[in-house]
Amino acid sequence: MKCEDVEQGLIAFVDERASAAERRDVESHLAGCAVCRARVQEFRGVSNLLGELPAIEPSFGFDARVRQRVAAEPEPGWFARLVPQGRLALSAAMLVALTVWMLKLPPNRTVEPAPAAAPVAAASSDQDFDAVKDLGVLENYDVVTNMDALSQLVPTKTPEAPKPDANQTQSND
Amino acid sequence: MARTDVQLMLDVKAGDEASFDFLLQKYRSPLVNFLNRMVRDQATAEDLAQEVFLRVYRARKQYTPSAKFTTWLFRIATNLALNSVRDNRHHRMGISIDAPADGDDAPPLELKAREMRIDERMIERDRVEIIRRAIRSLPEKQRAAVLLHKYEEMDYGEIAGILDCSEAALKSMLFRAYETLRVELAPLVIQAAPVSRSGREGRPS
Repeated sequence: MKCEDVEQGLIAFVDERASAAERRDVESHLAGCAVCRARVQEFRGVSNLLGELPAIEPSFGFDARVRQRVAAEPEPGWFARLVPQGRLALSAAMLVALTVWMLKLPPNRTVEPAPAAAPVAAASSDQDFDAVKDLGVLENYDVVTNMDALSQLVPTKTPEAPKPDANQTQSND
Repeated sequence: MARTDVQLMLDVKAGDEASFDFLLQKYRSPLVNFLNRMVRDQATAEDLAQEVFLRVYRARKQYTPSAKFTTWLFRIATNLALNSVRDNRHHRMGISIDAPADGDDAPPLELKAREMRIDERMIERDRVEIIRRAIRSLPEKQRAAVLLHKYEEMDYGEIAGILDCSEAALKSMLFRAYETLRVELAPLVIQAAPVSRSGREGRPS
C-alpha cells in the first residue's frame, strides 16, 4: 500500500477514531514506511499542541445582548405564518405580481402573417407594406402616402403608368 | 428526563422562550470558542455568535428536525465565520496590501514574514499564541474542519454535513491541514516530541 493510500486515514488513526479496517491498513503501511511513521509522530505532536489551546468564556453581558436582540425581533406576519417557507413565500408573491402585471397588459397586437410568396416581387413588397402600415408607429400614414417625393420617385421605375404610386397607395388603403 | 436539542427546538417553535434560553446556555460557550478560533478576535466572535442565535430564533417557525441540531447550528456558525473571514480579508486588501500587521492577526500576504515568523514568534510570543496563529494560517474551510474535529469532537459524517462535502473530501482536507500545521508548528512539535514519544511508547499503535 502506498503512502497516498493511507493519507486519508492518518488523522483518524492519530486521534484514535479510525475504524478497525482503517487502523489495520495504516498499521500495516507504517510497519514498512519510515516517512509515514515520522509523519504520524509529528501529527500526534500537532494534535497535542492543538489541545493546549485554552477555551475562553463569553464576555459578561453576552446572554443579555442575545436576549435583547431576540426580544426586538418582530413576530412573523400573517403571510409568513400562512406560508412559512421564506423562499416559497417570495416565489408566491412574485408569481402573483407577475400574473397581475400580465393581466393589465393591453391585448397583444399580432401582425398578420404575410400571404404566401407571390410570384411578382412588387406584389410581395405591397403585401409586406400592407402588414407594416397597420403598425402604431405609422401614425401619419396618410401624410406619407400623399408625399410628392413618393409620387416622383415611383414613375422613374415604371414610366408606362402615369401615376402608379397613387394607384398603388389607393389599392393599399 | 432531559429533553434533546431537537425537542428543545420544537418547544421553541411552539413558543416556549425558556427552551431557547436553555439552548443559549448550552451552546454559548462552544459557539463563541469555535468562532473565536475561526475569526480574528473575541469581539467579532461574540457578534457572530449572537447572530447565530438570532438566526436560530428567526428560523424557529420553519424548524423541522431533519438533521442533528448541532449540525444545523454549526453550519450557520461556519457559514457566518467563512463570510466574515472573507469580508475581512477583502477589506484588509482594499486598505493596503503593505499595511503592517496588527498585533493579533499575522498577515499571510507577506511572504517575507514566513521565513522569519517561527523564530520571531518563538522569541516574542508564547506557545498558545503560536498555536492560535498556526490555526489561523489555515485556509478557512480546513480551519473549520480542524476545529470541529479537534475541539467539538464531531464525527466525520457530521463535519462533512456542516461543510457540505463528502467524508473522503473531509479526511483529505484534514490531512492537508495537519500537513500545514506540522510545518507551522515544527519548532514546538520537535520540542514536544521526546515527551510525546516517551508518553506513547507503551500505547499499542
